[in-house]
Amino acid sequence: MSATAQAADLADYLPVRTLLHLLAVFTLVLGPHVAHLPVWASVAIAALLLWRAYATRRQWRMPSKLLRAALVLVVLGAVFASFGRISGQTAGTTLLCLMGSLKLVELRGRRDVMVMIFLMYFMLVTHFLYSQEMWTAAYLLLSCVAITALLIECQHLGTMSPRQTLRKGAVMIAQALPLMLAMFVLFPRIPGPLWGLPEDSGATAHSGLGDSMSPGDIASLIASDEVAFRVRFEGPAPAPAARYWRGPVFERFDGRTWARHWTQPPPLPADALHYDGTALRYELTLEANRKPWLFALEMPQLAELPKDASFNLNGELLAAKPVDERLRYTLRSNPRFSFAPPLDARDRERLTRLPRGFDPRSLALARQWKAQGLSDAAIVQTALRMIREQNFVYTLRPPTLGRDSIDEFLFTTRRGFCEHYSSAFTFLMRAAGIPARVVTGYQGGTLNEPGGYYVISQADAHAWSEVWVDGRWQRVDPTAAIAPERVERGLGAAIGAAEGLPGYLADRAPWRDLLRARWDWVNAQWNGLVLGYGPELQQRFLERFGIDDVRKMILTLTVLLVAGMTIVGFVLMRRAAPAHAPDAALREWQRLLRKLARRGYAPRADEGPRDFIARVLSARPAWRPLLQPPLELYLRSRYLDTPDAAALAMLHRLVRTLRLPA
Amino acid sequence: MRLWLIAKIALHPLRFMQQRIDAWVLARVKRQAGPIAIPRTRVYIVPTRFGYGFALMLLVMLLGAMNYSNSMAFLLTFLLAGLGLLCMHHTHANLMNLQLRAGVARPVFAGETAHVEVRIDNPSAQMRLSIGLSWPRSEATATTTADIRAQDSVLLQLPQPAPRRGWLRAGVFSVSTEYPLGLFHAWTWAELDTATLVFPAPAAPGLVPPGSAGQGSLEPSHRIGQDEFSGLRAYQRGDTARAIHWKSLPKSPQPMVKQFQETLDQDLWLEWTSLPQLEREARLSQLTRWVLDADALQRRYGLRLPGKVIAPGQGEAHRYQCLKALALFDGAAKS
Repeated sequence: MSATAQAADLADYLPVRTLLHLLAVFTLVLGPHVAHLPVWASVAIAALLLWRAYATRRQWRMPSKLLRAALVLVVLGAVFASFGRISGQTAGTTLLCLMGSLKLVELRGRRDVMVMIFLMYFMLVTHFLYSQEMWTAAYLLLSCVAITALLIECQHLGTMSPRQTLRKGAVMIAQALPLMLAMFVLFPRIPGPLWGLPEDSGATAHSGLGDSMSPGDIASLIASDEVAFRVRFEGPAPAPAARYWRGPVFERFDGRTWARHWTQPPPLPADALHYDGTALRYELTLEANRKPWLFALEMPQLAELPKDASFNLNGELLAAKPVDERLRYTLRSNPRFSFAPPLDARDRERLTRLPRGFDPRSLALARQWKAQGLSDAAIVQTALRMIREQNFVYTLRPPTLGRDSIDEFLFTTRRGFCEHYSSAFTFLMRAAGIPARVVTGYQGGTLNEPGGYYVISQADAHAWSEVWVDGRWQRVDPTAAIAPERVERGLGAAIGAAEGLPGYLADRAPWRDLLRARWDWVNAQWNGLVLGYGPELQQRFLERFGIDDVRKMILTLTVLLVAGMTIVGFVLMRRAAPAHAPDAALREWQRLLRKLARRGYAPRADEGPRDFIARVLSARPAWRPLLQPPLELYLRSRYLDTPDAAALAMLHRLVRTLRLPA
Repeated sequence: MRLWLIAKIALHPLRFMQQRIDAWVLARVKRQAGPIAIPRTRVYIVPTRFGYGFALMLLVMLLGAMNYSNSMAFLLTFLLAGLGLLCMHHTHANLMNLQLRAGVARPVFAGETAHVEVRIDNPSAQMRLSIGLSWPRSEATATTTADIRAQDSVLLQLPQPAPRRGWLRAGVFSVSTEYPLGLFHAWTWAELDTATLVFPAPAAPGLVPPGSAGQGSLEPSHRIGQDEFSGLRAYQRGDTARAIHWKSLPKSPQPMVKQFQETLDQDLWLEWTSLPQLEREARLSQLTRWVLDADALQRRYGLRLPGKVIAPGQGEAHRYQCLKALALFDGAAKS
């Protein structure tokens, strides 16, 4: 066998192949960022990549130091001009991507490629600031393999095909996965953040209920099938019509938009809520919405609020800070309750206040009801009857409304979505002197059968009213008056396909529903077990194995890492060991040689088997009957073309039973 | 002096320690005839500059993951940490169980560069990639690397300056690798019992040897006209390419060599004593030059050194014998 030696000089040059591979991997790594970067940055990065590819093929000169320094300044300036700063999540990511691309311009040798590789590993992390879904993880695992393959290519001066390097990279990443798992589970987690997060941290803003409501706001939310939260009931779930998930409460109205109270209302006194009937216990996993409000089934028990959360006088459950990451909490709610916080004259004035000079007809109508001497409860019923009986239409696509939006809706268009109904109803109540406000939140939810939990998505967003009747707040849902199936069976049932439902609601093929449910279940598992694995979950999980403090965690982690490394090391060492002779005959012959070596006879480097045995026999003629047959069998088995199993077996027997007399 | 030492240690603690450790280890590398196996215990491994950079990057990533409480960032950080740890084993195993043997040591003249040949065998069933051969502590600058397929071997060369005549020991060299990720540098030090013979540097041409029996001069002008072509004989090992009769090559089954009457007749004696004006090394250089000239002209020549006489002869083996005697000459400065 001729040796394949390719000795190369370790000059630090950069082969074109490696450079092109680098550009490909760089594109792969940066690809998903196109969605987050400003357009000019994406274009600039693409231009730099293309320039570098061309410059290499055409052998253009690299730009001078001065030009490169100028480019860096331009990039810094552009990022600052675009974001008003150069730190923070999106600005920082943009800067990192641009600087990485600029590094391409001054790439000369392998060492520079190594720096680029570390930069790319680092860039992978920035993706997780935007998305932590499963496909992102899979994509980034692939990118990781590609980067590692490039790193391997850099360590090798010869020609390794991408297949070889990718394979080696994949094998190494696969071997690292168990170590990763051990570290992930056992590395002691501390509650973050260490030094504070940039204001724009977290995933790209999810849609969700805002802190004000104008006509059309909720209808636009419906277009999204994003999950708002998931709920798992410990006992049986309440009927759909009873599933009102309470969110922000609006009590200021400017003629068009409902907004929250100016100041933060004080906490609700404990005696303002009385519960009746059986309580429901449930666990709610809220997606990050960057808003401080938490959602609860009406009405939660004040004794069991989530940590750092408060329940205020308006009946809003608020977290201490905006929900920037997925949050899981457990609550206990009673669907039957009496909500009666103290209401003084000033509160009453505030809750019946209406903007001057808007909607005169509606105002007159409500005052007329009041003048008829109807009781508050009767006025509520009258208003609902009006909505039910006067050709009102529940639709996702209401006509746009002008200045006197309530008047136009109630007397002219009569087509609206839940925000129109709740807004108009609340207006009428206030006009009649009944304290009233708009409550937003979600209503209903879909059971995920494989997972046994309910998914509440943005499509379940809803708005209803709350009126002060009989000395307590009572929920009135005017939408239920016009479209009872909305609260009983969901939006898809309430609105016909002709209305132009969003695609995901219109297509109700059963298999698709089932698939969607299963996928959501997988996602929920991923969210709960992987993404939600923080200090609390870690403690809960590890306590099951008796690992209850940091010392034990570190100890166990060390043991597992050492064990994993030992296994891999052992396998690698076994493979690096001199290989066994593949030939059975040779193996037998080597055994014979060992027996002879014990008697002081070893073949010289220049001796073949025949010469060696001849030399031995000339010294020990008595061994001839013992050594001659195995020699001949060996030569036959090893050097004749036709394999001879019988000869091999014979050789095996002879060598095994060979006893050399003294 | 002590202050300087303290400053040195403070500025480069690692480098200072490393130099000490290297000196200590290098002094203890055994010279062996070979093949030298590289057992598990003789593979040393330390992180490279990039290895430290990688660790720093992981630390930053870990802090970021903790700050953002980002599970995926934790996963990626731990994946890369695992990769880094595993890389250590891979690099280590890439070097383990290789075997080193000395290759052919071709003689050189003093002042030239010798090439130390080391044959590296891979007895395992696993291919070894990017195995480098270099002098200790200069792995980064002057390394030759090669891949060794399973159960195969490669020959690598190390340049070694040969300033003086005599035997030139190869000394301790290092076999190293950073494959697969370049985060770790694994190496071993070994010394093969091999040496290159360094002939004296030939003196500048010009000086004519005093001809033996008053005739045999090397100067070409003397020889023109005196040579008498005496015929062709069959090529023998050692004949120079210049003597081959190229014209007859296509016709004859084997190469023929031109023979000259004069070269056959007269023996040239190269004498130590004929250069009394020169000191020892210069004399050896001059004699080397004469040996080379005489060989180039296909003269029969002999060498007379104090304590050593090489009878006249011709050919490569004879030339080697003479040059070797000159290279290893350790007689008195005057004689």
